[in-house]
Amino acid sequence: MKLKGILLWLAAPVVAAVAAGVISSIALLLSGNSPADAYNAMWDYVSTADSVVVVINKAIPYYVAACAVAIGFKMNLFNIGVDGQYRLAALFAAAFGAAISAPAVIHVSLILLVAMLVGGGYAAIPGALRVTRGVNEVVSTIMLNFVATGITAYLLTRWRNPAVPLQAETKPLPASGRIPPLNGFLEHFGYHLPAGTLLSGFLPIAVLVGVAFYVIIYRTRFGFDLRNSGRNPDAARSSGVSPKAMILRTMILSGIVAGLAGMSPLLTEFFKYGDTFPTAIGFTGLAVALLGRNNPAGIGIAALVWAGIERAAQVLPQVGVPQEIGQIIQGTLLLSAVIAFEVVRRYRLQLLVRDAAAKTAAERTERTPMMPAVTT
Amino acid sequence: MTATTTTPVEAPAPLRGIGRIRDEIERNKRLRIACLITLGIGALSMARVIADAPGLTAGTTFVSAIGLASPILLAGLGGLVSERSGIINIGLEGMMIMGTWFAGWAGYEYGPWWALFFGAFGGMLAGLLHAVATITFGIDQIVSGVAINLIAPGVARFLASEVFVGKADGSITQSPTMPHGIGHFTVPGLSDLFDRINKHEWFFISDVAGLLYGITTDVAYSTMLAWAMLPIFAYILWRTAFGLRLRSAGEKPSAADSLGVSVYRMRYLGVMISGALAGLGGAWLALDIRAYNQGQTAGRGFQGLAAMIFGNWRPGGLGLGAGLFAYAQAISLRTDANTAVLGLLLLAAFAFSVVALVLAIRRRIPPAIGLGVVGMASFYYYAITEQLSNQFVFITPYVVTLLVLAVASQRLRPPMAEGKPWFKGQSE
Amino acid sequence: MPGLLRVRRRRAQAPPAWTRKAHVSDTAGMPSAVPAAIELRGITKRFPGVVANDQVHVRVMPSTIHAIVGENGAGKSTLMKVLYGSLRPDEGSILIDGTEQHFRSPKDAINAGIGMVFQHFMLADNFTVWENVVLGSEPGTPWALGVGDARRRIRALADQYGLQVDPDELASDLGVGERQRVEILKVLYRGARIIILDEPTAVLVPQEVDALFDSLRELVAGGVTVIFISHKLNEVLSVADAITVIRAGKTVAEVLPSEVTAHQLAELMVGSELPSPETKSARPSDEIALELRGIDLEEDGRPLLTGVDLVVRRGEIVGIAGVEGNGQSELIDVILGLTAPLRGTVKIGGEDMSRTSTRHRRERGLGYIPQDRQRDGLVLDAPLWENAALGHQTMKPFAKGPFIDRGGARQLTEQLIRDYDVRTPGPDIAALALSGGNQQKLIVGREMEAKPTLLIAAQPTRGVDVGAQAQIWDAIRRAREQNLAVLLVSADLDELIGLADTLHVIYRGELVAQLDPATLTPAELGSYMTGARMDQGVA
Repeated sequence: MKLKGILLWLAAPVVAAVAAGVISSIALLLSGNSPADAYNAMWDYVSTADSVVVVINKAIPYYVAACAVAIGFKMNLFNIGVDGQYRLAALFAAAFGAAISAPAVIHVSLILLVAMLVGGGYAAIPGALRVTRGVNEVVSTIMLNFVATGITAYLLTRWRNPAVPLQAETKPLPASGRIPPLNGFLEHFGYHLPAGTLLSGFLPIAVLVGVAFYVIIYRTRFGFDLRNSGRNPDAARSSGVSPKAMILRTMILSGIVAGLAGMSPLLTEFFKYGDTFPTAIGFTGLAVALLGRNNPAGIGIAALVWAGIERAAQVLPQVGVPQEIGQIIQGTLLLSAVIAFEVVRRYRLQLLVRDAAAKTAAERTERTPMMPAVTT
Repeated sequence: MTATTTTPVEAPAPLRGIGRIRDEIERNKRLRIACLITLGIGALSMARVIADAPGLTAGTTFVSAIGLASPILLAGLGGLVSERSGIINIGLEGMMIMGTWFAGWAGYEYGPWWALFFGAFGGMLAGLLHAVATITFGIDQIVSGVAINLIAPGVARFLASEVFVGKADGSITQSPTMPHGIGHFTVPGLSDLFDRINKHEWFFISDVAGLLYGITTDVAYSTMLAWAMLPIFAYILWRTAFGLRLRSAGEKPSAADSLGVSVYRMRYLGVMISGALAGLGGAWLALDIRAYNQGQTAGRGFQGLAAMIFGNWRPGGLGLGAGLFAYAQAISLRTDANTAVLGLLLLAAFAFSVVALVLAIRRRIPPAIGLGVVGMASFYYYAITEQLSNQFVFITPYVVTLLVLAVASQRLRPPMAEGKPWFKGQSE
Repeated sequence: MPGLLRVRRRRAQAPPAWTRKAHVSDTAGMPSAVPAAIELRGITKRFPGVVANDQVHVRVMPSTIHAIVGENGAGKSTLMKVLYGSLRPDEGSILIDGTEQHFRSPKDAINAGIGMVFQHFMLADNFTVWENVVLGSEPGTPWALGVGDARRRIRALADQYGLQVDPDELASDLGVGERQRVEILKVLYRGARIIILDEPTAVLVPQEVDALFDSLRELVAGGVTVIFISHKLNEVLSVADAITVIRAGKTVAEVLPSEVTAHQLAELMVGSELPSPETKSARPSDEIALELRGIDLEEDGRPLLTGVDLVVRRGEIVGIAGVEGNGQSELIDVILGLTAPLRGTVKIGGEDMSRTSTRHRRERGLGYIPQDRQRDGLVLDAPLWENAALGHQTMKPFAKGPFIDRGGARQLTEQLIRDYDVRTPGPDIAALALSGGNQQKLIVGREMEAKPTLLIAAQPTRGVDVGAQAQIWDAIRRAREQNLAVLLVSADLDELIGLADTLHVIYRGELVAQLDPATLTPAELGSYMTGARMDQGVA
């Protein structure tokens, strides 16, 4: 039974990967390319030392955003607003960071704090709407994403850097507000990263986010209540959870983490918020959370896979294959993974239920001797 | 048995004057909507006059708005049909994108009407994917919709790289320009008449004339088709057996199943039609600029979703909602946008103050004070501002939708069984 | 019904002589000029571990109202499903108008003219009455729904049988009685000549009941045959032309209402065998654990609980007997704090908790064994140690500050597994994998372990195997010995009489009687539970 369980658990991702491979291969063949060549080229490229560093850097914001989404999912809440929350938070953090000066660690900490406050605060809006007026958070967060676009565009005109007339962007962060790359740190241990690559110094913080996710959701009373509210709201209520308080707290927590999603690009690469700042982190986080089954370890793997495909696809034009195949692979991987997870989950459930029902029937018909009363 | 004695109930005293009119209005739904629309136009007209912003009700604004509303209302109608059958369709944006691509291709290769056909077809394919994932496999409907939105742009880009690159001015991000766009139609005589009345800037009359000008001038056939879909689908859904069964799949699938209706089939059809409509909306966009452009949907699929909720899952309200979004977009496209928008701010200030007054009369003090403050702040801001930024206009429809949701969510009537997967044999 | 292992049974009494009058074997040989509209002969249906129907005979004459009575678990719902074609009987036959029928699905039954009106209505709230009625059999062409046609036909049917409804009204605006009328119209619209109603008066107020019975009389006057399943004996006696009594899966009697009183019927239904309770060793203390005063609860104007006063002392088991759906769940929700009553106070352990949260009440010693363990008592996907913490997650040994103490939780769970004989490989198995009995034992264990002031046990042995049932009863008795207070809400009379020190009966949201289990008679208990007793005082 245990072996069967493990096999089933592995089955879903494997099936998903195979399905994605097959469909992408078909797309490649139809466009007159060789799948083998394409995949080989991709693998060769992504396994270079350079690429590994780039992939990790790309994966970091995806990971944080996915954690934010996953927190919501654990409570059956769809925080699609991670997109608006992280962008708004990044803007405020960038403007704030450029406006103050403080010793390095404090400076960065304050920037992170601002990002978390803005993210959490903006996420409190759909949470409050849901709790007080019953507004479904899927629609309200989608609306608020657009509102965030408008607000950021507007604020950018007010907070822009006058020294750069052609672009709307915030003033650059001073050195104390930036996070240095990890290269120097790693050299102390004898690891030399390839020349020209910089490993994002935000990595330890991202790992911390994952650890915090794990501890809060799986180890605290709050997390216990949160997961129960997602799995069985009725039982959770009977056990004393207040549904409204739980919804609000979950949305805010999700927003706080979402606020951090844009911090890696801001503090290690761009140092300012403007039109060139990445805008797709939120939705990518959504995909990565789904792919990673909403747990911190799975999301980590999913983020690396997603970023890896993104990176690997960059080499394709050199072998005459359109780069967009990367997006096809990602998309089909996501859809087939979601389907596979659901089918396997349902199958396992059926097995367990059948098992339990058989046990119940068996016990009913057997005549058990009376158990001795237990004395305390 | 208990004895029942009935005390005669006194007939209520007949109402006179204003009370009678008010009562009549409350009872007759059509009359109520007509009153609201009249009030709305009146308020808009007042704002135009006071703020001296003729752009608010210029004929050209309405022409633009009526056209721009087409993709939104088509997407929203798609969402409506799908949700009425019980399946939430967040993937409208992705289906619309497939529509734009297929229309861009077919419009170049074969002509504008084929663009419409293939646009719908492309959207329908994406709809089929959503249907299989949610109906047969029972995946969470929102997750599936989000996945389709994530996949579609990549697919479109890939197809473009294979098909468009190398053809005329085609590239990965756009299709070759169509030789022929869709035709436009102007009603002779009436169009000029309304134009002239509109330019007189008479209170209320000129504004209505502006709206009428928009309906009769330079209307693309694709726009006509889009707006025609509203009454067509209203009829299909509420006046045919098919529509009744489709809606039953979204209201109470167990009851429908017990009466011999195939819930699976209804839902599949609902979602596929939904995709086709969203694809048609994409086709409108492609025909408008005579090409497929990456990113041209710009969130209209979600706007359609919002319009659908705004319209309480009914085609009429959906049209109104789509019109609202489109109106805001049309204003923002004008050269005098920044001053015209100021007029909208005035209108908003009016609206807040009036609602605050009504609430105060009804003794709901806290929200009355809240809205009153907002109204006063809006008046103040209007007074001190010369030009309002575009972003204000951009977010207006979204904020309005949020307000509608916040106020009316308890009274909205989404289809009862939507969002929950249903398998044969389920009792609920 | 499963026997109570430690309770002596009174000597079985023979069924009273008057019931043997209309036993089915008498009529089987009689020549009848008119074939029965529907006849069930020897219907037997078995499920793993239980025989739901055992050689059931029912004979319904055309154009009559025929009632089938029995209490919960008697086999009524299984019989109905057989009648309606949802289930195939293992043995026996169904005859309609004298011809044998084989139903492979409800469609066959519908084609044979049978229409079923379920207890839980299947109406789409957002549809109008006519839309609900014609769905699936729409008049008109594919291009145009015959709305006018539909309205006309419905009005005609309504007038013919006295079922007043407005075809254009939205189903959500309809009252319960009106909804039922729409369900009846649904089957009539499809040509039903035999209508089966499942507990039709369960949710109706008296005036609605009268209206329904008038409609039923009009129906049979129009040639329709009505079969009516119920446990409310006074109503059955007032409207039925013939009554079949079912108990424990068997046909016990077939009587005419003119020949029998409500009390006699009640005794038939409940059985003249009742276990006698064992003598109790301890007397309850004077400390009051639960006090309810004047609890009123309403929903949409319909009263759910009226003037409920209840006292449970430490060291006492108070039982609440009643057929399901008479307010038990609502009462429990009020005590738990999930629903706020319109009026009244709730005091637990002497403290007024009327306005406190559920969590507060549970932390102050309120234990709960829910009626629906899978919905309210367990998180099925979660491992046993997490389920053991449910309801107690803020207290030791499950919590250590803001964290969950996994080690402590596991330890306690293992102890529970040992002490309460929960059959499972270990504390990490998902609750889903346990049998019903073991799931329940875990729940009982975790609630008992927290040493509650008041333990609410709702249907604690439902769906549980015999062995587990005995163990759970033991645990409840031990609770009393340890000076805990227990509120036992159940539909299982063996359980109630065997365990409770005093018994309240709940009917239509009111506590209508307080009885001593040692001295009550089955007729008395059955009468109170079915409302028969009520009539005696009412004009």
